[in-house]
Amino acid sequence: MNQQAQILTADALPPQVGLLRERWEFFKRNRMAHASSIFLAALMVLAILGKVLTSYIVVFDPRVVRLSEKFLPPLTRFTSEITPAEDAPTFGVYLLGTDELGRDVFARMLEGTSVSLTIGFVAVGISITVGVFFGGIAGYYGRMKLGFITVDTLIMRFVDIMLCFPTFFLILTVVALLPPSIYNIMIIIGLTSWMGTTRFVRAEFLSLRELDFVTAARSQAIPEWRIIFIHMAPNAMAPVLVSATIGVATAILTESALSFLGFGVQPPDATWGNILSDGKQFIFDAPWLTFIPGISILIVVLAFNLCGEGLREAFDPKLRKAR
Amino acid sequence: MVNFIIKNIVQRIVLLVFISIISHAIVHLAPGEPSLVDPSNPRMKAEDIQRIRAAFHLDEPLHVQYFFWLQDLYSGELKSFKDNQPVLGKIWDRFLNSLPLFILATFITWFLAFPIGIQAALNRGSTFDKTSTFLSFAMISIPGFFLSYIVIIFMVKTFDVPVIGMRTFGLEDSSLLLQSMDRIWHLTIPALMSAIVGTAVLSRYVRSQMLEVINQDYIRTARAVGFSNDEVIYHHGLRNALLPFITLFGLSIPGLIGGSVIFETIFAWPGMGRLGYEAILSRDFPVILTLNFIAAILVLIGTFVSDILYAIVDPRIKF
Repeated sequence: MNQQAQILTADALPPQVGLLRERWEFFKRNRMAHASSIFLAALMVLAILGKVLTSYIVVFDPRVVRLSEKFLPPLTRFTSEITPAEDAPTFGVYLLGTDELGRDVFARMLEGTSVSLTIGFVAVGISITVGVFFGGIAGYYGRMKLGFITVDTLIMRFVDIMLCFPTFFLILTVVALLPPSIYNIMIIIGLTSWMGTTRFVRAEFLSLRELDFVTAARSQAIPEWRIIFIHMAPNAMAPVLVSATIGVATAILTESALSFLGFGVQPPDATWGNILSDGKQFIFDAPWLTFIPGISILIVVLAFNLCGEGLREAFDPKLRKAR
Repeated sequence: MVNFIIKNIVQRIVLLVFISIISHAIVHLAPGEPSLVDPSNPRMKAEDIQRIRAAFHLDEPLHVQYFFWLQDLYSGELKSFKDNQPVLGKIWDRFLNSLPLFILATFITWFLAFPIGIQAALNRGSTFDKTSTFLSFAMISIPGFFLSYIVIIFMVKTFDVPVIGMRTFGLEDSSLLLQSMDRIWHLTIPALMSAIVGTAVLSRYVRSQMLEVINQDYIRTARAVGFSNDEVIYHHGLRNALLPFITLFGLSIPGLIGGSVIFETIFAWPGMGRLGYEAILSRDFPVILTLNFIAAILVLIGTFVSDILYAIVDPRIKF
């Protein structure tokens, strides 16, 4: 009798696989997305390494100007007699050639990796923070009245207003009017892209706030900000994660477009965007100055997009069935 | 229906008021003034700057400036800081230039995206599906100006066609046929380049929408009744899959300004996006403000049109 009961419960129990683990297993089945996520992890390591190697332990100095060594194609050996030996590139080879001032493109790309990724991540960090904050407030306090208007209406109409501005033109306007600085660019890209996150989070909150765990949390007199941001927000993270991954890709592209118009990160700081837009004037004499950053941006942004698509499939039960 | 339309319009007018306030605030709160564009210009004396400031009400408080702006905009007397031309006239000229580019780009987008998306959905998992999916991701990920440069060099070297600007200089006296051919060549490549991202995104949407519709019960019923494959797909399937794209069409209208800055700059196309870029460079506040405002109006019109169309086309929507 006892044994039978044991078998019954064992049959009824679900398999011991956590929700995240299951999603991850599903994500891994999409081979392109899985490969991109590994590639991106490697890229983060490269970015940190690049930051260290170019600024703290100066192995590759991206700012050394060697005017006699300009426009050397990739893989040229360092043989100059004019340039002092301490300005020679590491390993004695210009791995990716030199630019119009004789700076080592490999060192500049290494420096640019961390700057470009930082712009992407900080901008997305800002947009998610703002988005989750507004979305959480709108979803949780939705029915509360402020005078004649509900909180929900107030926030969502503001989202509508922000969505009416053409994003790129707005970013361009503000970036051009403010003093050029890398922080301004991150903040502005972040502050003009939070509207999607707000909508997702609000939609999730509308269903979450009816669930029992929220009632339970309320009954224990847990402060409301804790319920919103610590208990409920993690449950609404799936769509946010997807849009964040794609958001990083968009931010990197936006930065390169701004650089093209001359409003991006200013020299001597290197980003992939401004290496590309500086290089385009020399596309006939030194095609590597255009193609190396251009193709790097293409590959990295593609990896972020594929990764985001894989996450979307893993998190969305509807898409999983269709596959 | 009439109630719905009136309510919709009133809501949008309220939004518009707030949009005008916010865009006015953004432009004017930012540091930097038109009189500071060129501080080293010896011809700009202190009294000249004073005169400019007075002429454009720059000494008044912000909310007064806002009302001056609205008043001038309404009466059509809003002048550009840069050359004292009426802003609305300038924008209208540029709008006429942007329009053919936008129309051709939209045509290319829609005519490419639908066949690609439908084919990909019908042969899910095939080589075509995988290639088109990967290519559309690649096209979304490539910086537009990088691709444009490669294409310009390729086209000019291979086909020897003119691409920069709106027309070739010096062809004014030639025959009408030659002139129009020249215009078409100048138009094609910028339109193609600005259509690429749209095509990539739209074909993905079409594919997922088509996949969803194909798995519906009524499609199986239609097949069971014995309609031919083409009829099921294009008559029963596609018509239902098309519905959400009415919304997308409405939303593509504001691309007229925002999406075109980069491409109009590359191809030296004197359209609205380029006007905005030039205005930003010279801190021409009235033009920047009015362009932002017009873009917002375009968005509102776009969403309004798509709401109404949706209600007309889809009989399931009731008021």
